[in-house]
Amino acid sequence: MKVQHVLAGLPFLGILVGMFFANSVEPYVLGLPFAMFWVVMWVVVSAGLMAVVYRLDSRDRLRERGDRS
Amino acid sequence: MNIALLVIVLFLVLAVGLALRARRGRDMDLEQWTAGGRGFGAIFVFLLMAGEIYSTFTFLGGAGLVYGSGGAAYYILGYGTLAYILSYWLLPAVWRYCTPRKLLSQADFFVARYDSRSLGVIVSLVAVAAMIPYLALQLKGLGIIVSQTSSGTISSTAAVWIGAFVLSMYVVASGIHGSAWTAAIKDVLTLSVVVFIGLYLPIHYFGSIGAMFHQIDASKPGFAALKGDQLSPVWFSSTVLLTALGFYMWPHTFGSALTARNEDVFRRNAIFMPLYQLLIAFVLLVGFVAVLKLPGLGEGETDGALLGISQQAFPGWFVGLIGSAGMLCALVPGSMLLIASATIVSRNIYRGLNPTASDATVTNLTKLLVPVIALGAVAFVFAGGQTIVTLLLLGYALVTQLFPALVLSLVRPGWVTKAGAISGIVVGLAIVAAMTFSGATPGSSTTLDTLVGGLPSFLADLNLGVVALVANFAVTALVSTATRSGDEGARVAEDEPRFSRVPEPAAERARTV
Repeated sequence: MKVQHVLAGLPFLGILVGMFFANSVEPYVLGLPFAMFWVVMWVVVSAGLMAVVYRLDSRDRLRERGDRS
Repeated sequence: MNIALLVIVLFLVLAVGLALRARRGRDMDLEQWTAGGRGFGAIFVFLLMAGEIYSTFTFLGGAGLVYGSGGAAYYILGYGTLAYILSYWLLPAVWRYCTPRKLLSQADFFVARYDSRSLGVIVSLVAVAAMIPYLALQLKGLGIIVSQTSSGTISSTAAVWIGAFVLSMYVVASGIHGSAWTAAIKDVLTLSVVVFIGLYLPIHYFGSIGAMFHQIDASKPGFAALKGDQLSPVWFSSTVLLTALGFYMWPHTFGSALTARNEDVFRRNAIFMPLYQLLIAFVLLVGFVAVLKLPGLGEGETDGALLGISQQAFPGWFVGLIGSAGMLCALVPGSMLLIASATIVSRNIYRGLNPTASDATVTNLTKLLVPVIALGAVAFVFAGGQTIVTLLLLGYALVTQLFPALVLSLVRPGWVTKAGAISGIVVGLAIVAAMTFSGATPGSSTTLDTLVGGLPSFLADLNLGVVALVANFAVTALVSTATRSGDEGARVAEDEPRFSRVPEPAAERARTV
């Protein structure tokens, strides 16, 4: 399994499994109840993770091309 | 006529005017988008995908779910994000398969992948069955907007009929083209209205967002998290999973995978699309304001929370703008759903069963089906009991049944056989249907315990659609194992499609609608 798949799997863990532990009103973060903040945070983190995945994939593709030539 | 209703009517006239203009071919070419021009860059695909995804569901349903069930509504923030992550791998794979073969729709994909016309018909049936509640939800939204902004002068029943009429009229005016300008106006209006009221209302009433949530917790402890009964974390996770997997199974979202210039567009979109999802948080904030400032909405009226609180806080013309955003949110995706389902019935189901049907017959049938399907959706609204969210979840429970057969055929070509795919989908569908029609009010609940009593809570709160999906997957795997023999199955189709297929763009077929 590539590191890209692990990175992309984190939001699934965070949202699907994490909610069982994050399901609480307190503490408030940025004024939001914790459960809501938790999901909002994963939305933002997902975008960041996918940016990293994209970078890694582009690098791999370049490397493959380099090997061939 | 009050000023709010007047503003909405003006926007409606504008939308219909733009649609008529688009029809005469002086608009951005939306046909290319629908029929797969495959020439779009990242920004335009981003806008179109975002535009198609945001509907009445987000606008009214999100605030309604907060009003009725509090923290359960956070699921709406989560599922799109996971779907976009899946899209990073799913859409390029679909694109790579469909583009060289010039496949134009989801049904085409299944026909080619499994070399089976009957599977194409079955998939189309599932898609149409799923789109009817989705369409009903748009009508319900239109009905709420009309009846609420008229301050009850127009009854909600009359308003749903008006909604169905307006939608059909819009479809007749716009044809398959729709108008990319209308879609753009809708996106800009919705985005600015939602962000503004999502920030303004909590600050106006409570001083800050934090103060609002403290006050909610004081009067309703635990409301802003997931509650223990029914809509628990089990419901949350299974619902997020169901809807994330089903996200790209809709014919119109699947179709968007065929429009890009290259597969890299999808990968780049997967980075930015999750952020668009944050727009929904503002809708949820409005819902929370209504919880405290607009108490006493009955169970069937929760979807009116956003407009209700707006009427209380804003002057009529601004309520009109909010209502207009809502109307466009119902009209644009609603018209696409209506055209898509009419086209699927005539092209993929009727022609799938009668391969010799002439083009003229199929075109006429499509025209005839537009009002018929709209009526079906009206009937669905009046069957009663459902909120916007339960209607959407019913649609998802149906359409997600296509996930195993579609994804497995890409991940492990040849592993799922034709018989396996068909029996899995049929079993999943049967379970959803049984669950939907077994309750006292069809489709009004989304949890397993409505069908089977006395379950422990970690099973009872499971989303119905996920249960059907598990059964679907198991049957798909079993039947595939039993029927697999050497080189049979999808592998054959991958090398050389055995069926002969005349390419005919959906757009051309339905242009005269």
